[in-house]
Amino acid sequence: MNGALLRFRAGDWGAYAILPVMALATLPAMSFSTWLTLTVAGIAMGMMLFLMAAGLTLIFGLMQVFTFAHGAFITLGAYLAVSVVAVMAGWSAAESWWLNLAVLAAALLVALVASGAAGYVFERVIIRRVYGAHLRQILITVGGLIIAEQLVVALWGANPLPLPKPASLRGSIILGGAAIEKYRILAASLGLLAYAGLHLLLNRTRVGLLVRAGVENLEMVEALGYRIRRLFIGVFVIGTALAGIGGVMWAFYQELVTRSIGGDMTILIFIILIIGGLGSIGGCVTAAVLVGLVTNYVGFLAPKLALGSTIVLMMAILLWRPRGLFPVGAR
Amino acid sequence: MSDGAALLRLAGIHTHIGRYHILHGVDLAVRRGRLTMLLGRNGAGKTTTLRTIMGLWRRSAGEIDFDGRPIGDLETPDIARLGIAYVPETMGIFAQLTVRENLLLATGPQGFDEAQLEAVLALFPALREKWHNAAGSLSGGQKQMLAISRAIIEPRRLLIVDEPTKGLAPAVIQLLIDAFLRLKQSATTILLVEQNFHVARSVGDDVAVMDDGRIVHTGAMADLAADETLQRHLLGLSLASHQ
Repeated sequence: MNGALLRFRAGDWGAYAILPVMALATLPAMSFSTWLTLTVAGIAMGMMLFLMAAGLTLIFGLMQVFTFAHGAFITLGAYLAVSVVAVMAGWSAAESWWLNLAVLAAALLVALVASGAAGYVFERVIIRRVYGAHLRQILITVGGLIIAEQLVVALWGANPLPLPKPASLRGSIILGGAAIEKYRILAASLGLLAYAGLHLLLNRTRVGLLVRAGVENLEMVEALGYRIRRLFIGVFVIGTALAGIGGVMWAFYQELVTRSIGGDMTILIFIILIIGGLGSIGGCVTAAVLVGLVTNYVGFLAPKLALGSTIVLMMAILLWRPRGLFPVGAR
Repeated sequence: MSDGAALLRLAGIHTHIGRYHILHGVDLAVRRGRLTMLLGRNGAGKTTTLRTIMGLWRRSAGEIDFDGRPIGDLETPDIARLGIAYVPETMGIFAQLTVRENLLLATGPQGFDEAQLEAVLALFPALREKWHNAAGSLSGGQKQMLAISRAIIEPRRLLIVDEPTKGLAPAVIQLLIDAFLRLKQSATTILLVEQNFHVARSVGDDVAVMDDGRIVHTGAMADLAADETLQRHLLGLSLASHQ
């Protein structure tokens, strides 16, 4: 990584190799078709995790804010998907790719706008008061998560809500003797699209350059004449909007939405951030896919160990690279 | 040193960092078009003075005027936008950005002015060869060249540089001395903190010496360079030992 957040450095070859090594190491333990199914499932899960985690790694990397309320924006996205599908139930049940994709697109758009707007309000009302105060950040954002869950109960009720996938996105296609769920292919594609978008934003725009510089040295960015607070707001809005669309994709994947759907993901998201290297988008996507693969492989090979597999993975990575796979800056 | 033509003026500046009282009433004038050296022993308050000017640490009392305008209450970005460039002791380069990206950050929305860029690269040709390299991969001297280049890639009214030669090889120090001499020819106003007396003597027009958070001497650099007794008194050194 030659640059800050996305490009890979030659010295990081071990970190690049971890994904193919992990995938190929498990191949002898199962049939090829099973391996292919699990690998695609792991990549798809990883890309959905990436959508949820990418915003938080930018928020932490640039702003040094520990926000445990990130899950609230995932939850908001998930419940908005329920509402959109309820309004567009006819299109969702229709046997038409276009109508089904229109339902998904509408859910993503609504979640993107609403989560981004909610993120803007959250930053202006709460986060701006606790910059630099990590303990207060944790307390106030945990409080924010609890309040958000209660608001969800007030708006959508306490019972879990079903969220069936649109008709054309159910089922699998057969590839190399393996059954690959259509939805997983779509989720992986959307995650890749988001990654590409972030890559372009961070590497081809002045705003991206500022974000990358800010992750390294906020003070110097200000000394060059840039108002970093405005950048903070923009990054927070992008981060929460990504969490919202991650919530939509995860909710369709689970096909059941609960008020804790976002909160339940918080620990996993922090594990991804730590494995990837705080503030690194390249690290985030690598770590998310790694977590997705490990969860699926261990879930198949040793189901009883599945629950703790990501924690063990994090410990192993930190023993090897204490600042994560792709650490950014010196902060 | 008369401050009649001062571009930057500090009057009675006090700065606290936490419960520590670092600056105890600093009075300093940086004259337009001159290179003013700010000298002093370690811990005298030189870096704190520069950071206070830039708004990176807030003054607790006193006035800071830039071109007759009070700037003590401005935020750091607003101070920088007045045309004040700052090179911190740590150089402040973005290690994971390329040389080009580091310089680009210091330009306006229109990007590089080709003539200005060529002038800067003529000053530090090594940067041209490292144009697409990560700044973190540069040598210490090249990093300092990049830091200074970034400060002058756009026309600035005042250049503030904190210990640019610290830890650098003699050949690189000479290169930086040449660069400052050429900057002086362009009538750039410069405030330079330096521990290396040879550098100070080579480039300085005016000098202010700090001790214990106060300015204890101001005058012409040439006068201080010629007075070994005064050097011993103010800085605890003799010029002969720094030839």
